[in-house]
Amino acid sequence: MELTGPAEVRAALRDVEYLADDRISQVVYLAEQLGKPILVEGPAGVGKTELAKALSTIFDRRLIRLQCYEGLDESKAIYEWNYKKQLLRIQAGGEEAWGSLEEDIFSDEFLLARPLLEGILSEQPVVLLIDEIDRVEVETEALLLEVLSDFQVSIPELGTMAARTQPLVLLTSNNTRELSEALKRRCLFLHIGYPTVEREQEILLARVDGLTEMLGEQVARVVSSIRDLDLKKAPSVSESIDWARTLLALGIDRVDSDVLDETLHVLLKYQADIDTARRELVEA
Amino acid sequence: MLLDVLTAFVDELREAGIPVSMVEAIDAADALRFTDIGDRDAFKATLGATLVKNERHYRAFETAFEVYFALDRSGPGDGTGEDAGGEDRPDRGEQRNRGPQGQGSGGGGGGDVDLDALRQALFDAMRDADMAALRDLAGEAVDDLAGIEPGRPVGGTYYLYRTMRQLDVDGLRSRLEASLTEDADGGLDERLGREEAAARIAELRSELEAEIRRRLVADRGREAVAKTLRKPLLEDVDLMHATRTDLVDLEQAIRPLTRKLATRLAQRRKRRRDGRLDFRRTVRRSLASGGVPIDPVFRAPRITRPEIFLLCDVSGSMATFSRFTLQFTYAMNAHFSKLRSFAFIDSLDEVTDYFAVGSDFGEALHRVSTEAKVVHLDGHSDYGRALRQFWEQHGHELTPRSVVIIAGDARGNYRSPHAEVLAGVRRAARGLYWLNPEPRAYWDTGDSVMGRYSVHCDGVFEVRTLRQLEHFIEQVALPVPSVRS
Ligand SMILES: Nc1ncnc2c1ncn2[C@@H]1O[C@H](COP(=O)(O)OP(=O)(O)O)[C@@H](O)[C@H]1O
Ligand SMILES: [Mg+2]
Repeated sequence: MELTGPAEVRAALRDVEYLADDRISQVVYLAEQLGKPILVEGPAGVGKTELAKALSTIFDRRLIRLQCYEGLDESKAIYEWNYKKQLLRIQAGGEEAWGSLEEDIFSDEFLLARPLLEGILSEQPVVLLIDEIDRVEVETEALLLEVLSDFQVSIPELGTMAARTQPLVLLTSNNTRELSEALKRRCLFLHIGYPTVEREQEILLARVDGLTEMLGEQVARVVSSIRDLDLKKAPSVSESIDWARTLLALGIDRVDSDVLDETLHVLLKYQADIDTARRELVEA
Repeated sequence: MLLDVLTAFVDELREAGIPVSMVEAIDAADALRFTDIGDRDAFKATLGATLVKNERHYRAFETAFEVYFALDRSGPGDGTGEDAGGEDRPDRGEQRNRGPQGQGSGGGGGGDVDLDALRQALFDAMRDADMAALRDLAGEAVDDLAGIEPGRPVGGTYYLYRTMRQLDVDGLRSRLEASLTEDADGGLDERLGREEAAARIAELRSELEAEIRRRLVADRGREAVAKTLRKPLLEDVDLMHATRTDLVDLEQAIRPLTRKLATRLAQRRKRRRDGRLDFRRTVRRSLASGGVPIDPVFRAPRITRPEIFLLCDVSGSMATFSRFTLQFTYAMNAHFSKLRSFAFIDSLDEVTDYFAVGSDFGEALHRVSTEAKVVHLDGHSDYGRALRQFWEQHGHELTPRSVVIIAGDARGNYRSPHAEVLAGVRRAARGLYWLNPEPRAYWDTGDSVMGRYSVHCDGVFEVRTLRQLEHFIEQVALPVPSVRS
């Protein structure tokens, strides 16, 4: 879809039930126009991954996702030779001359394209999500960055494979470590924090069927108040959605101290945090 | 013209300590082509996304942004801003003329201003959450009450308090609280009402600040105002003099650093392909494919997890710093299975258990000051005694995997430093580091015996800021003596 400005981006996102703010919609619009990757950073559960999914829908592009983890290497991120298949081919080859065999087994057919290569080789432009990049080692980060900068991958046995289309790239980080300056320089930076009460209410109304405006507002206000406490882990948007669903399931249409007391465990995962919230909000 | 302002703005960001590269400045200019610069939020989003790549720097960015693009409230304008508070706000001209003392008498104004009416209007706007009205009224309040004197080099805070005092903001807050908790049904509702009141008062305050800043900028120019508003970035805040809010923010910022330290200390093989082939298992597995080694097995990369021993001076002179190092200790626990921590003043005690995963930091801190046996005599640091105690009680536990980190100012009140103990520690351990929160220039002055200790250390670091802590972490990627598996 052709989106002519940030307001249109925002409206399109809203249509797929993703509630953006000014910062999000402007940065998405820029990324689309400038062809630059977005580095989305923020605490867990504020809609970073969801943003990539929503963008894939509104731009009508396939979503290719690379979930990062400690120890991820280029064979899982970029490409790998299918050596099982290669070995079988060698066995089947019998007396065949090595030269032609070699040429054969190092061809496209034996190449396993992993998300990054797949993303740039796609005939139709895709949305490429590199999720939680802060989990990989610095060295792997540099490898990924190289692909994103050059939009090509060189494979010693095959030569250089250049991008067919340019993906819209989102990298996410929970900020468990500092990313390299080089990576940050390349990207547009988008921090997503916890939403304002108004935006959270909208998110809740969009995502929780049957929620009334009033209960949505109450949930958003209470959650926002809880986030201001000194906690080990503040409730995320997904937890506030869970809480709203729980309340509905219990047939509750208004939050008071008793209701909060009985359902706090849906919002908070640590006993110490539950105690804190109880002290501050329930017994107050 | 916009480009000129942009250049000046980028200079200001750099002055404030935010690293903006040439490429990023160009990216910003480029991105402005796709930005409706009449839309302030969009304009700010574009500059933020292209120039500031670290959320810790965002507040400093916002301050600079407010100054550089403050003059025209309908949009960022071209920033030359001669029209400050001018024709675009005709509704206020009348008000301003009404209070002649407002501009320049220095008496604080307010004489013939209808203060009660202004207060009431502010109250109504806050009660109804009418932000547009609030903004206009804040402008009036500053015109009438701040008594800004052109050319006088007074900071904005002075004018802010002068205005707030005359508006009786505390009184407004009480009224607002009363009004917003009027229909409250129970304690929870009441609390939410009070928080809402506080949020709207905060809104008023920030509108007043913005109005004052606008006028100061018109008077003295952007550069001068930006300079007075500059604050050290979080990573440059001096830990010895950090405020409570700084400390809270710092605690957030420490977590990523500890993970970084963990990865640097845990030397590991980078890629699976570097792992050595496990020949026996490969052959065994190949039987399934008729002897063809279809599925080679690599040995798992060896990971050497270091054991950390952290010794922390918690004496009074180190109060803020030790809170910081203990916070660091606490955060490190998530990444090191073998982290032992010790606190000392003139006696040393192990505090590892207080900081166990899942413990509460505030609680742990409390236990260090109440339960840990860190005082032997008089509560003055005695490094020699504490180090000897460490060596006698725990020296035999040090191995070639141990890394010992000592945090303290090395001020031993002229008691014997017993530096020879550290020579032993270093021989027994893989590494010995010292973090000293004092400026290097003060080391070895007075009762500081840093020099006596530093000769035995693998590294001694001045760590008074987060940035320096990060520097330390970057320096400690030690080659681990390869342990045969
Ligand atoms: N802006 C938003 N609009 C709609 N839903 C949202 C938004 N932000 C978060 N959510 C909800 O929160 C959930 C968690 O978001 P997710 O993208 O997984 O978080 P993370 O930031 O950890 O990647 C989503 O599945 C979605 O239901
Ligand atoms: Mg995610």
